[in-house]
Amino acid sequence: MSAGNHYDAIVIGAGPAGLTAGIYLSRARMRTLILDEGIVGGQMVLTHEIANYPGVESISGYQLSGIMKKQARNFGCDIKANISIKDLELTGTLKHIILSDGTEYTAGAVILSPGGRPRTLGVKGEDEFKGRGISYCATCDGDFFTGREIIVVGGGNSALEEAVSLTKYASKVTVIHQFDHFQAFEHAIGEARRNPKISFVMESAVTGFYGGEKLEGVEITDLRTGGTRNLRTDGAFIFIGYVPNTEFLRGKVGLNQSGEIIVDAVMSTNIEGVYAAGDSNAKRYRQVTIATGDGTIAALAATAYINELKIKHRQPAET
Amino acid sequence: MLYTNLKHLETAADLKRAISENENVMVICGRMGPMCIPVYGIAEDLEDEYRHVKFYDMEFDNPEAHIIRSLPEVRGFMGIPFTIYYKEGRVVRATSSIQTMEQVRAILDKEFSPAVTA
Repeated sequence: MSAGNHYDAIVIGAGPAGLTAGIYLSRARMRTLILDEGIVGGQMVLTHEIANYPGVESISGYQLSGIMKKQARNFGCDIKANISIKDLELTGTLKHIILSDGTEYTAGAVILSPGGRPRTLGVKGEDEFKGRGISYCATCDGDFFTGREIIVVGGGNSALEEAVSLTKYASKVTVIHQFDHFQAFEHAIGEARRNPKISFVMESAVTGFYGGEKLEGVEITDLRTGGTRNLRTDGAFIFIGYVPNTEFLRGKVGLNQSGEIIVDAVMSTNIEGVYAAGDSNAKRYRQVTIATGDGTIAALAATAYINELKIKHRQPAET
Repeated sequence: MLYTNLKHLETAADLKRAISENENVMVICGRMGPMCIPVYGIAEDLEDEYRHVKFYDMEFDNPEAHIIRSLPEVRGFMGIPFTIYYKEGRVVRATSSIQTMEQVRAILDKEFSPAVTA
């Protein structure tokens, strides 16, 4: 392995948490590498407008992530996006990260900030009809369904707010939700209930999609009786929350039942020298501001840890 | 306006010129939305690696993008971006909505040829 592949710290995930960690680490003169299996910016890059990031009146997530990336690079941070991680060994003093192309990196400390992604239903036909009737973004694809009948799957704020927004285009919106109540805020529930174009199918799950060239209908299972029926529809919008991108960390660091990384007050995981920050951490609230705060804390803690490691390794030679 | 780092196609004539002057062309026709941005990012990352492919974007709502929206290969597409792969001026593949790096690579490798590493 090339000596150039050794870093003081490696950050996995280039969302706001990871980029902030990269800024702090690099500015502290830690040789730092950020790796990301997707694009730089994480979920933030997909946010049309951020209007509550202190000090910035209004900015797109794309632009804010571009500035954070530039800041990190200006301090000397290396960033590699769209890579694929094959394996990682976190338990020893020297951490190893191996990519699918065989490249191996080592570091004294690792910060995990892989973030999350929209949850999919994982039922038959979902992959086949993605982009042919199934969508995960109302603002992107809503206008394809002008005058059509569609369904929205989910019962949280996103599902109900997007159902209302889709009535600008669709002639009818059926919200399908697995529980007998919604998880959304009262105002979102009220707005959806008052909309004459929206109807509700409760305690039911979408268990399949069917069609030809395009989506033509969904299979709905009544969760009370187990009975199934087909509902003809032109489109399906799925808003059923987010899942942490932590599958590759199973058995490597402590995760809770939801797959979120368990950390202490300084973002340490249960493995020495391994920290975690951002939306993939176990926590109640997820915001860009919180992610940057997490990233700062993790970077400061990692810097202190790396400095201690360096002192320890120097001692035998000096005495 | 698309504020990506890809080369932008503004007119149908630009597109015709791009596919007539280049053997392998990938055009991402979309908006600055959550389904499109990841695909632009993937193309930006692959530009250096797939030097035998020209990567472009085109704004979906630009009337000139009718040249893409009316392609027979995109009939049935109901999700942006529409990503079109041209070889020697002909459409060889088209995809709808968000794609992963692996999916894009697989298409580039199959329809054009794998990246040449130095």
